[in-house]
Amino acid sequence: MSVAQQPVLEVRNLSVSLPKGGDRAHAVEKVSFTVNPGEIVCLVGESGSGKSVIAFTVMGLLAKALKPTSGEILLQGENILAASEARLRELRCTRMSMIFQEPMTALNPVMTCGEQIDEVLKTHTKLDTAARKAKIIAILTRVKLPEPERVYASFPHQLSGGQRQRIMIAMALVLDPVLLIADEPTTALDVTTQAEILKLIAELQAGQGTGVLFITHDFGVVAEIAHRVAVLRWGELVEMGPMEQILSRPSQPYTKMLISSVPSIHPVHRGVRLEGVTVLRTDKLGKTYSGKSFFQKARTVKAAVDVDLDIRRGETLGIVGESGSGKSTVARCIARLIDPTEGKVYLGDTEIATMSARKLRPHRRRVQIVFQDPYRSMNPRITVGESIIEGPMNFGLQRDEAIARARKLMETVRLDPNALDRYPHQFSGGQRQRICIARALAMEPELLIADEAVSALDVSVQKQVLQLLDEIRVRLNLAVLFITHDLRVAAQICDYVAVMSKGRVVEYGSAEQVFGSPKDPYTQALFAAAPGRNWDFGKAGAA
Amino acid sequence: MSAIVPDEIVDSASIAAASAKRRSLLALAIRNPSVIIGGVILLFMLTIAILAPVLGTVDPTRIDPASRNKKPGVEITYKQEDGTSAKRTVLMGTDSLGRDVYSRVLYGTRVSLIVGAAVAVCAVGLGLVIGLVSGYVRWADGIIMRIMDGLMAIPGILLAIALVSIWRAGIVTVIFAIVIPEIPRVVRLVRSIVLTVREEPYVEGAISVGTPTFILLFRHIMPNTIAPLIVQATFTAAAAILTEAILSFLGIGIPPETPSWGNIMAEGRTLFRVFPHNILYPGIFLAFTVLAINIMGDGLRDTLDPKMSKKV
Amino acid sequence: MLDFIARRLIAIIPVLAVVAVFVFLMLRLTPGDPAAVIAGDNATSDQIAMIREKLGLTLPIWQQFAIWMGDILQGNFGESYFFKKTVAELIAQRVEPTLALAICTMVLALSVALPLGVIAAYKQGSFLDRFVMGVSVLGFSVPSFVIGYCLIYVFAIELGWVPVQGYTRIGVDFGGFIEHMILPSITLGIIYVALVARITRASVLEVLNEDYIRTARAKGLSNRVVLMRHALRNAAVPILTVIGIGVALLIGGAVVTESVFGLPGLGRLTVEAVLSRDFPTIQTVILLFSVVYVVVNLLIDISYTLFDPRIRY
Repeated sequence: MSVAQQPVLEVRNLSVSLPKGGDRAHAVEKVSFTVNPGEIVCLVGESGSGKSVIAFTVMGLLAKALKPTSGEILLQGENILAASEARLRELRCTRMSMIFQEPMTALNPVMTCGEQIDEVLKTHTKLDTAARKAKIIAILTRVKLPEPERVYASFPHQLSGGQRQRIMIAMALVLDPVLLIADEPTTALDVTTQAEILKLIAELQAGQGTGVLFITHDFGVVAEIAHRVAVLRWGELVEMGPMEQILSRPSQPYTKMLISSVPSIHPVHRGVRLEGVTVLRTDKLGKTYSGKSFFQKARTVKAAVDVDLDIRRGETLGIVGESGSGKSTVARCIARLIDPTEGKVYLGDTEIATMSARKLRPHRRRVQIVFQDPYRSMNPRITVGESIIEGPMNFGLQRDEAIARARKLMETVRLDPNALDRYPHQFSGGQRQRICIARALAMEPELLIADEAVSALDVSVQKQVLQLLDEIRVRLNLAVLFITHDLRVAAQICDYVAVMSKGRVVEYGSAEQVFGSPKDPYTQALFAAAPGRNWDFGKAGAA
Repeated sequence: MSAIVPDEIVDSASIAAASAKRRSLLALAIRNPSVIIGGVILLFMLTIAILAPVLGTVDPTRIDPASRNKKPGVEITYKQEDGTSAKRTVLMGTDSLGRDVYSRVLYGTRVSLIVGAAVAVCAVGLGLVIGLVSGYVRWADGIIMRIMDGLMAIPGILLAIALVSIWRAGIVTVIFAIVIPEIPRVVRLVRSIVLTVREEPYVEGAISVGTPTFILLFRHIMPNTIAPLIVQATFTAAAAILTEAILSFLGIGIPPETPSWGNIMAEGRTLFRVFPHNILYPGIFLAFTVLAINIMGDGLRDTLDPKMSKKV
Repeated sequence: MLDFIARRLIAIIPVLAVVAVFVFLMLRLTPGDPAAVIAGDNATSDQIAMIREKLGLTLPIWQQFAIWMGDILQGNFGESYFFKKTVAELIAQRVEPTLALAICTMVLALSVALPLGVIAAYKQGSFLDRFVMGVSVLGFSVPSFVIGYCLIYVFAIELGWVPVQGYTRIGVDFGGFIEHMILPSITLGIIYVALVARITRASVLEVLNEDYIRTARAKGLSNRVVLMRHALRNAAVPILTVIGIGVALLIGGAVVTESVFGLPGLGRLTVEAVLSRDFPTIQTVILLFSVVYVVVNLLIDISYTLFDPRIRY
């Protein structure tokens, strides 16, 4: 019996130490869990929880600075921590395989996909060339790649991100390992591709009875795929249990907090539209990039076409779309960080799309933008105070007045006003994003653009920044343009939503209307792909 | 609105816990062992250059036909200014005109260090200005970069040789002849940094709060070029010292009576088989100085600019 | 592919044009009368006037450039005042030793530098790595003529294994040719070895940090296979780039090395021309070396496509 019953992977009391001088002694501390055959176990946690370290420890691919200090990792009863380097190499891809987060960089760019899978077979089997080729074509068919023969001969750069992740899966599963480790395999993918890959992983593992250790930070993905869930925080296991139990009846306060932070996909009712002043209106806004070339005819990319939007005071308009949909292009055109090539942008009554740089300067104050990456959006060489007062002083405010304003704004964004003389690196990601909001507000703008402003933040921090943004909008009666790829976030913060695809707005209406009864086929497909859409996190966590 | 987790609000505790000031990179660099070793040797050379007159030297240009081609350590008799004769030991021998090699080598340190420093400063200064313009002013970029590409297509030493040949020898012309081939490298470096940094969100943030272009360049963009330029400057200085020595060695650099290491070696070429000391001593000084600067540059690069250390 | 080559070819035209303009302006940039510069310090005013006439210095500058360029494109590089020959003849006589030196140095240097760099990267932080890096800094710092004289002193004068100076034509006596080439190639090669070993190490190290190397390890490949099959080919492009840029060092170094070893090549011709202020020769040599440099780098550009399938724009 026992082989079927024996867990595929058993982690017992695992600790991994961090190099000295870090913020804590252990990356992982006394973690134990099991993965059974045919089971998907999700390791969930925010950044720094140690979830990826566990995955790499199992594969024996840990960076040299990290050392497992105690415990055992049993792969079908064999202790991997005690195995030799040669034995580990034998086990990789034959009994345990791994797929990674970035399909764009995980494949060797100078070898064809076929060669790269072939390498696995050459290393671990004695099959002849023809048998290997047949096996590779078979697995490429199994991961549902179109035209396996063509894909076999393709280089990675000729395939899309989703296709590359399929190649990775094919490579990992070609020798039917008993354990598959998936480290955030869909995080870098668009939501529709993500749904397909999740479906594929679930299908393949169910068919072969593979045990899967699935690492993610996204509770939507957990709800979609997990059988059992382990929640990690700061390297320690908070709690573990069946998926339904953890998501609906978490026992630990940390898990409760995490789950209640996940925004619900059902929009909140915002009441009827206010009769406000229109702050921003775009009229057939468009941006075409054209690459001049001596030899070929000019290649043009239409990043945005005929975009008509309007935002009133006190209102949040969300632009939702996948990568390459043109949502950021629109935001940057409105902020005039890039010059639109067609159409008009009205800021109040002023048309700014075609304005010269000099004439534009006085109007810059009126539109402010908060960027995605909190680590790159402030000059690391000057204090945050200097960053905040730079704008107001450009517009003639005296230094002490500007500082007084900055102190007040720090309170508004709930940070200590005395921290103004600190440098950006002394703040956490969430704190920096608050400072960026303060910098934008210091200009007393009419329109605030948040370009994926919460996308780089952990879910609990994300919730706080979203609340802050909404609070500020109400208090200052601001117009907010909110750009996001995250449908859940959009559902929670937007009054109106514009869905973009391939540079065009395909659906535009109130959040309730768009989320409740989407009309455009693209929007419908997008919503159908949202992971965990059947699970209402906000309620479950609070209960 | 009230459900904010306590540890995120007015989080003065964690802010205060972070180190009070951004640790200065330069302070870090000074602790790097390579920088220390290179710096000490360089400082030693600088001391020699400054103190050359009091380190037992005689006039390095004084010709003494009576004591030509003496080997190191030989005692010679020479006439003092008041007409009396005196004896002294020539530590590094004399050359074929009877000039004291020890004195010439010590004074030669001055020429090399001046050339190295002057070339580094001029090349980096000019390159920085041109590079900033090229990186930020679109219409100028095309023209400037074509010229730089053209200059880079001429091998550096050859370009320097050509420039010296038209300008005639002299320390200033030699410096400029070495500076010009170095400029394109600095321009490319600065330009590539400007092009990368101007896409950074914090620069876009500064643009959207209405910061004038001039301040944008100097406050937000230029500081990013300083660390790589310090590194570049050290390597430029090392290369310049070598190039000056090569030019002088070939007889087309600084006028031959001026004591420079290259000149001493050029003078020693013909009688090299018998009197190798004329090439050996200045060669050792030259190698040590350049080595010290290169070691220092490596150390600076490792601490100031980890990304650049992947390039050469 | 052909399209790619054609576009690269067209891209070098402006570069060479700038070089040509510079070389042309070289004489005109001199303070004072170019004719007087050419004629030298002891020339009479008649001689100067004759030279001025001959160079067409009385014409507008753009016409002068057009005439000069036209001559060059027809292979007419002018006449050397000093050597009393056409520059083309002069260069044809001198090209063999330089070419031989460059090729010997390249072969020697690359066969040493590439393995050293790879091993240093593979054993990063080991004694061998530190040693290779240390020696390479030294290679950058010791001027080639000092190395050259040290080698001559030890191997030619003290040990008498090889001749001190001079050159034997490859067709005349192959053994003699090799004997005369050994020391100059080592001398010239040292800085090149230092350069290429460093970049090889750095590129391989960088590639070893890439995600796909992690993937290769996760496949159960041994370290050696990961290095040879995955890392080296990906590291090739930056290494090739530096090999190309390093050709400038070779050309500059050839000038010095030929002087030290008495090789009658183009490098020595350059020095002789400068010393005798023989401007047509200087201009032609610079033009020639620049064209060679640009063409070598063009070939290297094109060779990228062999190593990286993504470069096909």
